[in-house]
Amino acid sequence: MRQPSVETVISARELTKKFGDFTAVDHVSFDVYKGEIFGFLGANGAGKTTAMRMLCGLSSPTSGKASIAGYDVYTHTESIKKNIGYMSQKFSLYEDLTIKENIQFFGGIYGLSDKELAEKSLMLITQLGIAESANTLVGSLPLGWKQKLAFSVAVIHEPSIVFLDEPTGGVDPITRRQFWDLIYEAADSGITIFVTTHYMDEAEYCNRISMMVDGKIAALDSPKVLKEQFQADTMDDVFYQLARKAVRS
Amino acid sequence: MTAGIKWVCTEKSFLAMKIDVSVENLSKTYENGKVQALRNISFEVEEGELFGIVGPDGAGKTTLFRILTTLLLPDAGSATVNEHDIVEDYKAIRSEVGYMPGKFSLYQDLSVEENLNFFASIFGTTIEENYHLVEDIYVQLAPFKDRRAGNLSGGMKQKLALCCALIHRPKVLFLDEPTTGVDTVSRKEFWEMLKRLKAEGITILVSTPYMDEATLCERIALIQEGRILSIDTPQGIRANYPHKLYAVKAENMSGLLHQLRDHPQVTSAFSFGEYHHVTFEEDEAAGVAAALPFEELEIHPIEATVEDCFIHLMRNHEAA
Repeated sequence: MRQPSVETVISARELTKKFGDFTAVDHVSFDVYKGEIFGFLGANGAGKTTAMRMLCGLSSPTSGKASIAGYDVYTHTESIKKNIGYMSQKFSLYEDLTIKENIQFFGGIYGLSDKELAEKSLMLITQLGIAESANTLVGSLPLGWKQKLAFSVAVIHEPSIVFLDEPTGGVDPITRRQFWDLIYEAADSGITIFVTTHYMDEAEYCNRISMMVDGKIAALDSPKVLKEQFQADTMDDVFYQLARKAVRS
Repeated sequence: MTAGIKWVCTEKSFLAMKIDVSVENLSKTYENGKVQALRNISFEVEEGELFGIVGPDGAGKTTLFRILTTLLLPDAGSATVNEHDIVEDYKAIRSEVGYMPGKFSLYQDLSVEENLNFFASIFGTTIEENYHLVEDIYVQLAPFKDRRAGNLSGGMKQKLALCCALIHRPKVLFLDEPTTGVDTVSRKEFWEMLKRLKAEGITILVSTPYMDEATLCERIALIQEGRILSIDTPQGIRANYPHKLYAVKAENMSGLLHQLRDHPQVTSAFSFGEYHHVTFEEDEAAGVAAALPFEELEIHPIEATVEDCFIHLMRNHEAA
């Protein structure tokens, strides 16, 4: 297994978010290291989305501390946004623009120069093997292509961290695995991957896994250690043992 | 064909199996034929069967369900539901089936109880009459019965939608991706509920993108790009996997995968959680494994999962 270096890119201490008297995220503390693939799992309603929104600088915490790529989640939200990538199952791609136009649009938003953009576009299109389709509207592409393109666009500005919110939901089994090839490549190039998924086989591909239950982190370790700890054969079983104790749903 | 009856020969006698859903050569295109959603699909579902339509997004699952629930017309082919033609007798079908769409479609501004009452009354029944069917689910919703449906959590919305689809005691229940985006615990609960509904004699067609759920159905159709790749029991599909399959594991899994893929005697290699699932050219497994430069390489033969079969069928189709 690749040894992630020990440089910390996400650090959260007692991070908390309350909505009225409901504590969505409850004093959560953890670190994520450079180049690591960090799986962020939890039952529905456990607080994953709220926690991710805070880490992306989209929602201000109620209390606690967190820094992302060295930037504070209270005071440097704009710097955070420039230094992270984000992709969710609901794509951020423009269906009425072509592949090339989407790449140029997102590259432009992230402040790439014309020269960088030209280089990046060419590289991405070659890497994804879609040279003949560069001028095709994204709306007419197969789902798997869109997903791979959305990921490539999310890391076009070479961010320190990319947040992937259920990136492989609903895709076919071959494309799902090709998507993980892209994740590995990005991690090998030093980009930290913060990923949520409902596929428990994908949990196995992460260096470490955190499991949220009722707003708290109920377990955090490598898949191997977690399976030993819970005397489980699969991550599905680990998840089940933890999530079944949840009070909220 | 003789509508709705299939003769089955068993060791003891001939049994007339009632067919609740029959689909023949169904095709559907969108955007003036540019998008082929369904390509010549045929299958039958017997009365009381729990039948799964398993495939990724864009495979045609929702189109198929919308056609069978008479919300969409096919371009070609025919189908019957509970012996009614989907075009000629659409009204009869509508009162006899329950449909839970993939997208939440209840009234967001009505409360939990009001939604259920509404669906009961438009089907000319009451909550009381069929309460036993929804009781297991409804007791979990009861504490929130005055909450507006729009303010429920995802899991609760899903339970309410199932109650509303069941309250008129449908003959056939169509569930379009009921477990998508739902966590493992809720998914297990949901499948337990389906087993109980099946025991009540309700025929169930359920679609899912999760291959591991296929084994919870009695029979499944694997579907991809509008085509049925295979129809059988989950056991039958797994038994038909044509190669010897091995699970392989080493310390460096990503390095191992690359070496396997590049190896001339490896015919396929895919990650499956803790292991890679690998097929080799005839009788080459031991030799290839021994020559790989990984310490403590673990390799053992395994039975194919439904997902292995799906991958195999997809690749076969692409090669053809």
